[in-house]
Amino acid sequence: MTAFNKYPTEPLKLWKKAKELREQYYINYAKAKEKGGLRWSGSAWALDALPAGLGDDVYSLTGEPYAAAVSHDRKFAKECMDAAESYGFARDLCSYMRIYWGGMHLNKYAFGGEFPKADFVFQTQICCSHSKWYQHVAKEEQIPQFYLDVGVGPYKDLTEARLDYVTNQLHDGIEFLEKTTGRKFDDELFIKAVKNEMRSTSRWADICALNKAKPAPLDEKTMYSLYVLATLSKSSQWCADFYDELYEEVKDRVARGIAAVPNETSRMMSDTQPPWSFLKIFRYLESYGAVSIGSLYTFSLEGIWEDKPDGSWGGRTLPWDKGIEINDRETALRLYADWNLSKPQWQHFYDPQIKSEMMLRIVKEWGVDGVMLHLNRGCEGLSLGIMENRLAIAKAGVPIMTFEGNMGDEREFDEVRTQARVDAFMEQLGLRRQAA
Amino acid sequence: MNDGLFDQFKTWYEKRHDYARDWKVRTGGQVVATMCTYTPEELLIAAGMLPVRVLGAHEPQNVTEPHIFGMFCPFCRDSLAQGLLNRFDYAEGVTLTQSCIQYRQTFNSWRMHVPSVQWDYYVPMPNDVQSPHARKAHHAEVQSFREFLGALTGKPLTDEMLREALAVCDENRTLLRKLFDYRKETNPQVTGVEALYASITAQFVDKREHNEMLKKVLAALPTRNLDRPEGVRFMTIGSENDDVAFMAMIESVGGTIVIDDQCSGTRYFWNGSKPEEDVIKAIADRYCDRPACPTKDYPNHTRYDHVLGLAKDYGVQGAIFLQQKFCDPHEGDYPDLKRHLESNGIPTLFLEFDITNPIGPFRIRVEAFLETLGEEELF
Repeated sequence: MTAFNKYPTEPLKLWKKAKELREQYYINYAKAKEKGGLRWSGSAWALDALPAGLGDDVYSLTGEPYAAAVSHDRKFAKECMDAAESYGFARDLCSYMRIYWGGMHLNKYAFGGEFPKADFVFQTQICCSHSKWYQHVAKEEQIPQFYLDVGVGPYKDLTEARLDYVTNQLHDGIEFLEKTTGRKFDDELFIKAVKNEMRSTSRWADICALNKAKPAPLDEKTMYSLYVLATLSKSSQWCADFYDELYEEVKDRVARGIAAVPNETSRMMSDTQPPWSFLKIFRYLESYGAVSIGSLYTFSLEGIWEDKPDGSWGGRTLPWDKGIEINDRETALRLYADWNLSKPQWQHFYDPQIKSEMMLRIVKEWGVDGVMLHLNRGCEGLSLGIMENRLAIAKAGVPIMTFEGNMGDEREFDEVRTQARVDAFMEQLGLRRQAA
Repeated sequence: MNDGLFDQFKTWYEKRHDYARDWKVRTGGQVVATMCTYTPEELLIAAGMLPVRVLGAHEPQNVTEPHIFGMFCPFCRDSLAQGLLNRFDYAEGVTLTQSCIQYRQTFNSWRMHVPSVQWDYYVPMPNDVQSPHARKAHHAEVQSFREFLGALTGKPLTDEMLREALAVCDENRTLLRKLFDYRKETNPQVTGVEALYASITAQFVDKREHNEMLKKVLAALPTRNLDRPEGVRFMTIGSENDDVAFMAMIESVGGTIVIDDQCSGTRYFWNGSKPEEDVIKAIADRYCDRPACPTKDYPNHTRYDHVLGLAKDYGVQGAIFLQQKFCDPHEGDYPDLKRHLESNGIPTLFLEFDITNPIGPFRIRVEAFLETLGEEELF
């Protein structure tokens, strides 16, 4: 430990496995056809347990994490966005969407070779860009498309009629999958996938809840490489099993006082996707002894949460742990719809106050000293209402800063300016740089 | 030549806040700020309220930055500015029916920060109106809104009240369609600016008064002689745009706007309701069936053929996209809709709109477009 380091640290044992799983996911998609498998594409929020009912050889390419992966490669990302823009799409559209479209038009896959054509689109719609994204894909690739409209208002106001609407569409989704692929939908596989998704998303929330510990066992930059698995394939066995393993490791780190950032002095929280090609901003924070413990984004893009009896926030209890068995399609569909509709990251689509309350809850329960909001020009969905969040957090007396950027389009991120804003914010928090 | 035929609409447009205040005094009813043309106005009218669609003012403002990040569309920021500046201080209620996510910010900031707002209601209308389940879902939402309004006013909305309000709205839609039919004619006797005044005012004037005015205009139209050159027949495509100065500019440089696909125009009134025993079903279905906003136009792009159909029916020679900057749903449709029109013989021009617009540079671009369209004749 250096003079500044207060806590022991060590690398995450499962780090390598997380990276391997992610890489395998993209390879599996590209090679799906070699073994007669199926490929589909949709958002990271697609209810992927449904296509899983078609067989064990069905592989997805979820658009947002794929584009995020591309955006680490600034040159290729720019090439893709240029291709989308030259087609006529506006530069201010979702940068993930432009990257995906551009790769498709260029016929280049970030993981080598040609852009793998999906057999069908299976998409969820809550953000305006969701349907626009895949309508263009379906048109260009000449493939069938299915959309699940989940815009039924906030979960707190969920009615039977609204749940019926989503569940009925899921029934249609099964019909679409069978008709499109010629395969019979297997309820057993589907129910298994639903259970896997519930396990993955609840367990990820449990893992994030462990970060309430001081020192934080995980920092947000590391969490990005872990939460991503749920954005890829949350209903897969491998994803659910990985999070169980990860939970045990993180729990062990907490028990042993292992810090993600050994000089943890102050705890930050961010918001929305980060500018992916500038993640070093998190390392810059660490030079002040500031660790970003996560965000509503990292916690709940996929994590499913609930109020615990002691009033704290933690992973939502699995239905079967409450005595609810899932043995038939109808029960599975209804519970699956309800589960997803409770996703915290879907609530601000209707009201920023719900998000502000959740953010302030994180501030309180995770012991956050300051909030850094990424005004993300690349994502209208997650930047929605962000200025109202800023007002609410400031009103609550929590130090807060904003910086503008773009998750996928580096042309809209000013690194030096952002560092200067971080410097000023750290000064406001009474922090000094601990190392050059 | 101005024969004053549309002056009442113009006055209503220019003095819309005065109109609403006066309406309140005259009727004692509540005024409700409505956001988005998917609002089931029939319910508000049945409840004795005046639905007034929130429009922007097209003037610089500095009040919305703390509430809406600058990357969101100018219309949602301009509309919020009107609330924060108390221009709608007469409106007790505010309601939004679900369409684009961007405008929800306006609604949320309104209900949080506009002091005159006493109640608010959000209708989570299905966006996938092509789903076979959307109608049933929307029926439930409209019914819930009905119950909310009944509880709010202490006077349940009966089927009879709703049928009467629906009839008023449907009459308004029919009359506006008749007015717009005149624009199909060669050298039409209704200009684009006049049509805009007529259609946009329907969104905030008492429909009964609006209907009476439309009838007077329709009665006078057969003998009207505008005595102005028709020029090139244009169509405008976009979201909300009531920038009258821009429309007037187009019609001053050798063009006539003969039709639109905008929510400030045809998308608002194009279809009427279908006869149904269940009046809530008649109302709810009508909104599912209307020409789609891009937010509600999937999996199939019904808009593309609808827009092309309008262009053909109205003899359009050129289409102008009035693209609100940062409006993702329209930006998402634009490249393929442009290709669809052009491959069917309709040339297009793309202009990007903000809260205030540079009429001079736009004039140059419209004139250049006109010159392009006239190229064959020139050479």
